[in-house]
Amino acid sequence: MTLTAATDFVAAESARGRGGGGPAPTRIVVAYGFWIFLLSDFVLFSGLFAAYAVLRHETAGGPTGAELFNLRNVFIETMCLLLSSYTCGLGALSAERRRPERFFVFAALTFVLGAAFLAIEAREFAGMVGKGAGPGRSAFLSSFFTLVGTHGVHVTGGLVFLAYMVAQVLVKGLRPPVLRRLLCFSLFWHALDIIWVGVFTLVYLIGDFH
Amino acid sequence: MLGRLTWAAIPFDQPLPLYAMGVVLLVILAVLAIVTVRGWWPYLWREWLTSVDHKRIGVMYVALGLVMLLRGYSDAIMMRSQQAIAVGSAQGYLPPDHYDQIFSAHGTIMIFLVAMPLVIGLMNFAVPLQLGVRDVAFPVMNSISFWLTAAGALLINVSLVIGNFARTGWMAYPPLSELAFSPDVGVDYYLWSLQISGVGTLMTGINFVTTILKLRCPGMTYMRMPVFCWTALAASMLIVAAFPVLTATFAMLLLDRYLGMHFFTNDAGGNQMMYVNLFWAWGHPEVYILILPCFGVFSEVAATFSGKGLFSYRSMVWATLGICVLSFMVWLHHFFTMGAGANVNAFFGIMSAIIAVPTGAKVFNWLFTLFRGRIVFRTPVLFLIGFMVTFVIGGLTGVLLAVPPVDFVLHNSTFLVAHFHNVIIGGVVFGALAGYNYWFPKAFGFTLHDGWGKASFWCWLIGFYLAFMPLYVLGLMGMTRRLEHIPDASWQPLLLVAEVGALVIFLGILCQIIQLYASIRTRAARRDLTGDPWNGRTLEWSTPSPPPAYNFAVLPRVETIDAFAEIKRRGVAAAPEPAYEPIEMPRNSPTGFILSFFAVVLGFAAIWHIWWIVILCALAMAVTVMAFGWSDFRHHEISPGEIARLERARLAGLPS
Repeated sequence: MTLTAATDFVAAESARGRGGGGPAPTRIVVAYGFWIFLLSDFVLFSGLFAAYAVLRHETAGGPTGAELFNLRNVFIETMCLLLSSYTCGLGALSAERRRPERFFVFAALTFVLGAAFLAIEAREFAGMVGKGAGPGRSAFLSSFFTLVGTHGVHVTGGLVFLAYMVAQVLVKGLRPPVLRRLLCFSLFWHALDIIWVGVFTLVYLIGDFH
Repeated sequence: MLGRLTWAAIPFDQPLPLYAMGVVLLVILAVLAIVTVRGWWPYLWREWLTSVDHKRIGVMYVALGLVMLLRGYSDAIMMRSQQAIAVGSAQGYLPPDHYDQIFSAHGTIMIFLVAMPLVIGLMNFAVPLQLGVRDVAFPVMNSISFWLTAAGALLINVSLVIGNFARTGWMAYPPLSELAFSPDVGVDYYLWSLQISGVGTLMTGINFVTTILKLRCPGMTYMRMPVFCWTALAASMLIVAAFPVLTATFAMLLLDRYLGMHFFTNDAGGNQMMYVNLFWAWGHPEVYILILPCFGVFSEVAATFSGKGLFSYRSMVWATLGICVLSFMVWLHHFFTMGAGANVNAFFGIMSAIIAVPTGAKVFNWLFTLFRGRIVFRTPVLFLIGFMVTFVIGGLTGVLLAVPPVDFVLHNSTFLVAHFHNVIIGGVVFGALAGYNYWFPKAFGFTLHDGWGKASFWCWLIGFYLAFMPLYVLGLMGMTRRLEHIPDASWQPLLLVAEVGALVIFLGILCQIIQLYASIRTRAARRDLTGDPWNGRTLEWSTPSPPPAYNFAVLPRVETIDAFAEIKRRGVAAAPEPAYEPIEMPRNSPTGFILSFFAVVLGFAAIWHIWWIVILCALAMAVTVMAFGWSDFRHHEISPGEIARLERARLAGLPS
């Protein structure tokens, strides 16, 4: 088979979508691998959601969700996180267009909004513990603190990730490897939003009605 | 300062574990001394400890699995001996406290640190070669995976001498595994070792899903992948979907134990049945994570050694994927007796029986592959045939147990113990050993001694039947599992037979050790110069043995299934020397080794509540990851001149 024939053959194969086109470029491989990681993270959260669903009525004579949750706070929290996803998206676009100064502005906004989310959550947790409704009070509260807290830990990790990426952009500029890592950060940050939509609905909204 | 750790943690009053650990420590010290005296440290560090080469990592995984097999086996023989002698008024030589740790450690080690490393090791070694590419998608992460698994293994072995291990069985069911009933560090050793090695396994899953779906040589469409790659893909997908559940479950148990939460406790609304459900939501897919790649090995062995293509490749692929999906729909059969109700039990019973259908299709495929083939009876083929017979028996007893009323009678009896050893030894161990014999020449450049290999096969096969067929009978006679003392003297004769069987298995292990030793001694005579000792059909056999670091000087172009067989059939091997292009290969990285070092210390400190060390190690791990994430130049280039030199040297060595 001549070289052209071989090239045509490969092109035809990949065009038919059977994956005969040879190894994918690094950017695709990295993003794909990170997607798979996020998928596994979702599975981890699904375990915590399942535990919460099983245990949410097991209050052991302690306070219920309806007595503890403050939907106004949660609404503000949610808005912070959703907005931060928006600014994160704008930051990613600025990075793609090689506009570092705009990227820094949006990164700072994302960081502040994420930190605000965490501050509200920390205040909520502290208030509950202060009322004697800590994670050791009942199975319901154990699963609540673990599910919401694991999301909070992820947001904290995301903030560290973001600060680290800002440092990389500052030192190295928007080079392809840095852009790949930024892509992973954006994926991570948006994934946390998706998890939060689940938390907001299944924990706070449903919990407040009962 | 040192948390709960005091001198009392070392069991000075129990001579057995102390002696055992003394011997192990002496061996380790001797090895370290030899390495130091001979000046091998730079070589080890450069070529192995920091290597990100998938072939090296695969070899280290298999080595880890084989070493841990010795540990797991010594637990087994101790249990068998105790049960054989502790009958009636005799109490045997193991106190209950120690015996309970042994059966817990045996199960934990055999599943997580023998079977998993063996299977993942074979995947690591063979998959990129079979796909015709140069490495996995994330080579450094691959190294981290291995070292985290090794960290878990180390931590479990530390429990032998400092503190103790869980007495809960390898599933660590609450409430027994809760702080109220297991107040000491045993369960913590279990949890932390498995969390650490579990993260490593998860990363392997991510890595191989990405590698197999995104990195294949040109022309290798999905339906041209070797079956072993399909099974590796299925196992990796199962890892990604199942291991996080285990991580979450263990995290909940850890929170119960460390922060006084109530996920699974008896009080404050905890629910133990949730643990059992979550555990097996991971646990049943785990069975297929282990067995599917072994099915893949057997498919390769069947095709290669009968000199023809695999019978019905497509049905093999679909059966693999079918099992992959079904494996998530059967977990409840591990606890039919929990009381989920007749309808639920009926559903899961039927689903469990249905899994036998794709598995049965596979058995017929292997049979028809062998049928009218020109079978070369090398060691891997013996394991294949032994597997087909043994695994079908194990599968049939499994279908029996899938019938809920039968399960109510046999639940937690030695019938169950016999069943799962039947499929794990007959399937996973035989598969891993077949793969070890099959790919060894590719990894090291010389074949293994066939006579000793066959001897080891016969010992394993006969030993298995002697050791576990009596347990089926004993289970039907009413013997439950995990008995430290045998109340019924009529069980003793069969227990003695099982003891003999375990000893015959030991002979099998011994034969393997001799096989390795003898093969190394006579390696000059058994060199594999062609790179294709078995007349193989897939791309790994088109490379030299051992393959160069870059695997393929030029990425192969694939047009059919069984690509290498097709190349040989057309006789296009003697092509003119191609124009080589520079190859980018990942650089070595100590990241995995360093991370695991801190992981071991972190786990140990967490077990003993030494919080300042935990914090320091967590910070050190974060810094290590960030330092790695900072570097942009993770590759080095091999020049065309260098490739040409290596390739010419290889061709010059070929027999004309």
